[in-house]
Amino acid sequence: MSAENQTPPVLEARALGKTLGGNRVLDAVSLSLPKGCVKVLIGPSGAGKSTLLQCLNFLIPPDSGTILLEGREVNGKSRRELCTLRQNVGMIFQDFNLFDHLSALENVRVALMKVKGMSKLDAGELALAELARVGLQDKAALYPASLSGGQKQRVAIARALAMDPKVMLLDEPTSALDPELIGEVLAVIRDLAQNGMTMIVATHQISFSASLADEFLFMEKGRVIESGSPAELLRRDSGSRTLAFCAKISELSGEGGEAEVLAPECRV
Amino acid sequence: MSSTYFEFLRAELVPGLMDGLWTSIVVIVPSALLGALIGVVAGVLRVYGPRPVRRLTEGYVSLFRGTPLVVQVFFWYFALPYISIGGHSIVLDAIPASILAFGLCSGAYQSEYIRGGLNSIKRGQIRAALALGMTTRQAVQSVVLPQAFRRALPGCGNEVIYLIKYSSLASIITVNELTGTATTIAKNSWRNIEVFCTLGVYYLALVTLATWLLHLAEDAMSVPGFERHRS
Ligand SMILES: Nc1ncnc2c1ncn2[C@@H]1O[C@H](COP(=O)(O)OP(=O)(O)OP(=O)(O)O)[C@@H](O)[C@H]1O
Ligand SMILES: [Mg+2]
Repeated sequence: MSAENQTPPVLEARALGKTLGGNRVLDAVSLSLPKGCVKVLIGPSGAGKSTLLQCLNFLIPPDSGTILLEGREVNGKSRRELCTLRQNVGMIFQDFNLFDHLSALENVRVALMKVKGMSKLDAGELALAELARVGLQDKAALYPASLSGGQKQRVAIARALAMDPKVMLLDEPTSALDPELIGEVLAVIRDLAQNGMTMIVATHQISFSASLADEFLFMEKGRVIESGSPAELLRRDSGSRTLAFCAKISELSGEGGEAEVLAPECRV
Repeated sequence: MSSTYFEFLRAELVPGLMDGLWTSIVVIVPSALLGALIGVVAGVLRVYGPRPVRRLTEGYVSLFRGTPLVVQVFFWYFALPYISIGGHSIVLDAIPASILAFGLCSGAYQSEYIRGGLNSIKRGQIRAALALGMTTRQAVQSVVLPQAFRRALPGCGNEVIYLIKYSSLASIITVNELTGTATTIAKNSWRNIEVFCTLGVYYLALVTLATWLLHLAEDAMSVPGFERHRS
């Protein structure tokens, strides 16, 4: 507790607001990510999860509110500060967004060279090590067109990790994957969490995230309306919106049945 | 009059067409380069430019795609000298007028291919590049352009092939390129069939050469997902 008070959170958002096309997509959303903690963002489609994650690294500049990286406010108008923020904040997208004209190795290497100014040789070595970390060293020479969805997402994770980020934002990292490929990506994410990476994950994989998360944030209509530990929110008699939502999606997706989803001992 | 085709070819046609071929190349190569340059600039402006610039480039493209090339050629050669701005008027020789006309027309078509190439790159890849800390310029340089270029290359190459063929229009404003020279030889020798069939072979050879160069370029840049579609 006391240690937490001394070191500022790795990433903090205060009262973020964003209006898009006349919609209040984010309405005074605040959150803080202390070092090593994993938070999971859930909520119905259109709740503003993707918008929130992209506001955190100014891919979508928020209309109001502030972002703090390790306690220091980030000026979104300064190109240098943005660049620093983005190097420290890795992002994983639902649809991978690999660079299609570059091999797996080059995908990981390009930003090391362009952004970090590393030599081609050093960047290549590091890129290979990062690919090995996600179990893809033997696919380094393949192009995105020849990789499976799960492999693409793992390359994307290696690409983000290579920048040595302090925190990772993951926006539905497995939603675009065939069911049989989800496992390999979840295994990489679990590994990251267990190695102490600070993360915020938007996902519909309730049972998986319940086993990983320190906190669930339930979003609806641009606000975080519930937050708490998964055990607390998913307790059978909690009467939470989160519980109702999770029950509904696990029913729809047939994800392991309610019993597994709700079992508090799932939590690490 | 009664010399065989091969004698005629060797003694008159080939030496005559040689000058024409050279003039054709002098017209085609600069026109193609000018067209590519205009095409890239206009294509990029049509996708990333501010709205007024976008409008302007779109106007340029509609104008030059929407009017017959002969009219454009006549305009630059015959009409331009009569337009005086502040007492100065520009008179272009036939070859520069042709290059200007072909370059501007080709550029309008090229910009279509470039625009298509740029638009085919999903915005997600730009977002991913920015999320890694790249500046917009770095993202465009190392992510968007290499892909857009690969996607646009087949179309741009086709446009160059059209250009080779429509360069024959230069003959109507007195440029003695292949077609102009051939017409003169035909008139003097009365051997129309031989002359124009041979002329066709020359263009075929030029187009084949251009196609081959284009394929070399495509193969050199080919990566999985961006292969040449062989027919
Ligand atoms: N450019 C835009 N213009 C107008 N409205 C937008 C724009 N982008 C997003 N929105 C709206 O903002 C809301 C939040 O979108 P967002 O993508 O953040 O939701 P989400 O929670 O990530 O949903 P999903 O689970 O479907 O990914 C949606 O209602 C969406 O229609
Ligand atoms: Mg989303």
